[in-house]
Amino acid sequence: MMDILEILVSAGFWAATIRIVSPLILGTLGELICERAGVLNLGIEGIMTMGAMSGWMWVYMGGDLWTGVMFAAFMGLIFGLLHSIFTVYLGLSQHVTGIGITLFASSLSYYVYRMLLPDATTPPKIEPFQVYEVPFLSEIPVIGEALFSQTPLTYLALILVPVVWYVLYKTPLGLAVRMAGENPMAVEAQGINVLSIRTGAVMVGSAFMAVGGAFITMSAFDAFFFGMINGRGWICIALVIFASWKPGKALIGALLFAGLDALQVRAQQTAGALIPYQFFLMMPYILSIVAMVIMARKASYPKALLVPFRRGERT
Amino acid sequence: MQIEPREHVAAWRIALAPVAAVFISLLIGSVLILWVGASVLEAYSLLVKGAVGSSFALTETLTRSIPLIFTGLAATIAFRAKFYNIGAEGQLYCGALAATFFGTGLITLPPLLMIPFLMLVGALAGGAALAVPVMLKTHLKVDEVVTTLLLNFVILLFVGYFLEGPLKDPMSMGWPQAEPIIDEGLFPSLVDKSRLHFGFVFAIIGSVLCWAMMRFTVWGYEIRAVGLNASAAKFAGINVNATVIRTALISGGLAGIAGVSEVAGLKGYLTLDISPGFGYTGIAVAMLAQLNPLAVILSALFISMIYVGADSMSRAINIPTYIADVLVGLSVLSILVSVMLTRYRVRFR
Repeated sequence: MMDILEILVSAGFWAATIRIVSPLILGTLGELICERAGVLNLGIEGIMTMGAMSGWMWVYMGGDLWTGVMFAAFMGLIFGLLHSIFTVYLGLSQHVTGIGITLFASSLSYYVYRMLLPDATTPPKIEPFQVYEVPFLSEIPVIGEALFSQTPLTYLALILVPVVWYVLYKTPLGLAVRMAGENPMAVEAQGINVLSIRTGAVMVGSAFMAVGGAFITMSAFDAFFFGMINGRGWICIALVIFASWKPGKALIGALLFAGLDALQVRAQQTAGALIPYQFFLMMPYILSIVAMVIMARKASYPKALLVPFRRGERT
Repeated sequence: MQIEPREHVAAWRIALAPVAAVFISLLIGSVLILWVGASVLEAYSLLVKGAVGSSFALTETLTRSIPLIFTGLAATIAFRAKFYNIGAEGQLYCGALAATFFGTGLITLPPLLMIPFLMLVGALAGGAALAVPVMLKTHLKVDEVVTTLLLNFVILLFVGYFLEGPLKDPMSMGWPQAEPIIDEGLFPSLVDKSRLHFGFVFAIIGSVLCWAMMRFTVWGYEIRAVGLNASAAKFAGINVNATVIRTALISGGLAGIAGVSEVAGLKGYLTLDISPGFGYTGIAVAMLAQLNPLAVILSALFISMIYVGADSMSRAINIPTYIADVLVGLSVLSILVSVMLTRYRVRFR
């Protein structure tokens, strides 16, 4: 018990939590934007893989880090466009399209990686994002080290939470996005094109996911491995449900989750001799399921989630 | 652009849809082949030759299709009821684990009983793996897509624990693998000097049984009714929850048998890499078959051709083997469009 308390007050634990939470925030916000517009995006796992590979590859090929992030985001936009052509314009099954996008995007990432680096037995490395210590703020004990001694992509993820909240709730554009997910007919009645709104939301959301993937290869690690996204995309989908489709709650949920994950890694070091390590590694996935079960009763799905919109058709 | 439903869906369109989808996938895939600098026609002919060009290649393709038929059926039955079981990968490993648990000496029966017994426990384990997600869906309205996906990771770690702990073969030189299945439990071989085993016969029988169930039984009718319109089915007096649970158990069971077949038919013992994603590929198989259990055989054979053929093609012209996964992913997307075009027409105005 004392051990856990000791962990909880250590700055290293909180810094790890914030590091783990960054890609989850980006992925969760991305999925949230898509679903708020009425489109489930199961392509997330593949899009994150694509973002992880393309951003990393850009830098490996000699580009600089920030254009690498932009390139990853661009790939996210492309796959988001693909997803919305299928689900928004053609009205095809969002479940099956998403799984198809995940299969396609992840295998394409692996193909391209192998194609460009055919002989790499040990994964080559890049110079990843370095920690940027925010002046003055990083000197605050514990909080400073946890919050203000991170890499720039983490700051970006944290800043995007209020930005997404503001855009969704305080701007006409956000209202249109939310209405497209609740009552697309009403959006149409306002003379706004539902299909464009949904397409835009899915594309931007997918770009978020891709940057979340890029964080893993360009900030958390410095190399690309096969299967390195390892279900993070699916965890993000669970987090969106846990958050009841609200950005603020998504941040809290993701933090809770990342905290337990960081705790799990540390508990593994102390209790690893007693409990096999596989059971620790299972925790994130089991926690995600538990989180969904807890919130399922209260979950208020966007009403038009999964429902394709065809202009002039009565539902 | 306007999308209108067709008044009459012609049979030739339905039959042509998968062919068109495959063609489109191969066409897009050819971009990746051109990138290597190889000739597209040569590459694809190498692929076909590598898949069916010799009796060895042919038996390999048939062998590889066995788990794909089972996971394809698992997806087909579940998707028919609009129950999105994406957890066939995990259920496969549960079936394999159960077969290993009972089949490595715990119980010894004559082969005629031992093989069906292993398949039964495998199916039960596969079904059990899906019991939690389906109950969460029917009773607490928890989305089954995410729970089944996440459970795949949990189950794989669980199997990993067994292979490094309680079920580890002491003779395995440190590799995480289980003890071999006893001889009574091993599936007989179908063709001499090949890896093709009796599981292929079971897979064909499984497809026919699933088809018959969907076509001629009340269960099949209920599954289809729930999938087409759950509220109408409920209004007609069908117990929707019971149907969904039953569908899930059948689906999980089929995926579990895929695991039994890989362990007791192909490898002889359980390792952590018996499935390179058969559970996920099963979804592609089911979609290409347009959720028809008999067509699953054909589409599993086709996808297995791609995998086996891509292996030899990649050796011949130095193209990454991931081309097979890319083609499978593309075929999921293109079959969606081509099936839509059988039911709708697109008008540009």
